[in-house]
Amino acid sequence: MLERVGTVVLAALAWVGEVSLFGLRALGELFLPPYEPREIARHIYEIGWRSAPLIATSGLAIGVVLSMHTRASLERFGAEALIPAGLAIALIRETGPLVTALLVAGRVGAGIGAELGAMKVTEQIDALEAVAVDSFKYLAVTRIVACIIAMPLLTTVTDFCGIVGGWMAEFAVSGMSWRLYFNRAFSLIEFHDFIPATMKTAVFGLIIGTIASYLGFTTTQGTEGVGRASTRSVVLASILIIVTNVVLVRLIFLVFPA
Amino acid sequence: MTDRAHGAHGGVEYDVSTSPRPPALFPSLWRVSPGLWRRRDKAPPATDRTLAPDESNVGRTSSGLPSEMAIRLEQVTKSFAGRTVLDNVTIDVRSGTAFCLLGRSGTGKSVTLKHIVGLLKPDAGRVLVHGAEVSSLTGRDLANVRKRMGFLFQSAALFDSITVGENVAFPLRRHTDWPDHLIREIAARRLAAVGLERDYHKMPSELSGGMRKRAGLARAMALDPDILLVDEPSAGLDPITSAEIDDLLLTLKQEGTTIVVVTHNIPSARHVGDELAMLHEGRIIAQGTAVDLDRSEHPLVRAFMRSEGAG
Repeated sequence: MLERVGTVVLAALAWVGEVSLFGLRALGELFLPPYEPREIARHIYEIGWRSAPLIATSGLAIGVVLSMHTRASLERFGAEALIPAGLAIALIRETGPLVTALLVAGRVGAGIGAELGAMKVTEQIDALEAVAVDSFKYLAVTRIVACIIAMPLLTTVTDFCGIVGGWMAEFAVSGMSWRLYFNRAFSLIEFHDFIPATMKTAVFGLIIGTIASYLGFTTTQGTEGVGRASTRSVVLASILIIVTNVVLVRLIFLVFPA
Repeated sequence: MTDRAHGAHGGVEYDVSTSPRPPALFPSLWRVSPGLWRRRDKAPPATDRTLAPDESNVGRTSSGLPSEMAIRLEQVTKSFAGRTVLDNVTIDVRSGTAFCLLGRSGTGKSVTLKHIVGLLKPDAGRVLVHGAEVSSLTGRDLANVRKRMGFLFQSAALFDSITVGENVAFPLRRHTDWPDHLIREIAARRLAAVGLERDYHKMPSELSGGMRKRAGLARAMALDPDILLVDEPSAGLDPITSAEIDDLLLTLKQEGTTIVVVTHNIPSARHVGDELAMLHEGRIIAQGTAVDLDRSEHPLVRAFMRSEGAG
């Protein structure tokens, strides 16, 4: 029994080590030519711009729901005036970054895992190598970099749409004007609330891009393997994002004490 | 299109003004300016040269490889999950000749090709291409060797997110700084050479298996390689198209390209190959000209050489 547990733990550690090396290699190769700016721009469009409708809609809905919950809580204490600020703090500091990361892990992680997995099993990755193209750089590094760049931008979209959603919910209940809502929302928000929380999503982007690319590159067993790579990309990236978030939040509080 | 286009890559100069003899069985080849295929620095046709590697006039490279030897596999052994696929395989392919690798399915023919292009590394032995030890090269050095090779995969392995024409243009875009119109022109000519001139803008998923194979061949020829590695070119093709592909390979060989073909098609191997070798259970069991293999007393070789209809 103990031996089995040990074997599983060692295998898990070996896997984490391999994925970490994959990600570190990607970061290292980022600074070596060729820089593949076109591919990176194309993936930022695919990952960022094409995720924007999903992110914006979700942000809006989350803002509405958060506003309703905040009102229900603060109304008891007669603190309705704090609803915009409470919502903005919750959204910008935590809800926006985490929800964006999980949504992107679902949409983009699955896409990268499936796309690279399919390329692997149909020998397209070998074909890239055969035409003297560094497949790791061309396929993995570009996607990982695009995820790192796109995540903070998408998080900003979620935050903005969430605040708009919060105002819409508040307007429906109390008729509060946009200007007043906006002023109250940002009355307690400072740059050190927004910048670290938003920039930490670059780490989430690194996690999503690395795990999905790694699983795509190591796909075996045909179409079944492609499906597995896609699913595992989402599951593992989501778990790792949630766990890493704990560490990152602690780090942010250390660097920027409340 | 100008009469003469100068390639920036490797100082190679392309001359489209020459007009070689049109191929007999592949009229679409004639529509391609054949000189575009020809590198000025490429060796003359094999028939004009002395091919025997042991003759005194043959020079040697720093690796000990005779200068006329394009490819050498020296005692290459490769295993996958404990199963030996290549067992001490030694193969020599002379420049400007066509070498056909025969054998039953799963005997290691495709694995041999992948060793030549450096996609696989041998467990033992070494692989030399133009004197460079591919099996120990990495990074830019390996890429430089690969730029001189074209590889048609068994599955064609077209990039399915871009059009057929862009698949062919891809190596040109990556490794030359030629203008877009010239790259498109060359890609279109490569496609015309394999009879796909109308399919430039189609996606790979819109092509049949045979058409994909031909598109893969066009991509393999895109950079006008010194060495062309072709994995089962006639699989999935009708007899007429198959013969046209054979003629295309012959034309390329006459222009100085070294060709290694993996095939089950014996008539095709007889037509194209200067030398044939048969792999069985990871070992070369027969090697020589088609006539040599016809005379072999090995029952498998005899059975294979008599299976004229196989494809």
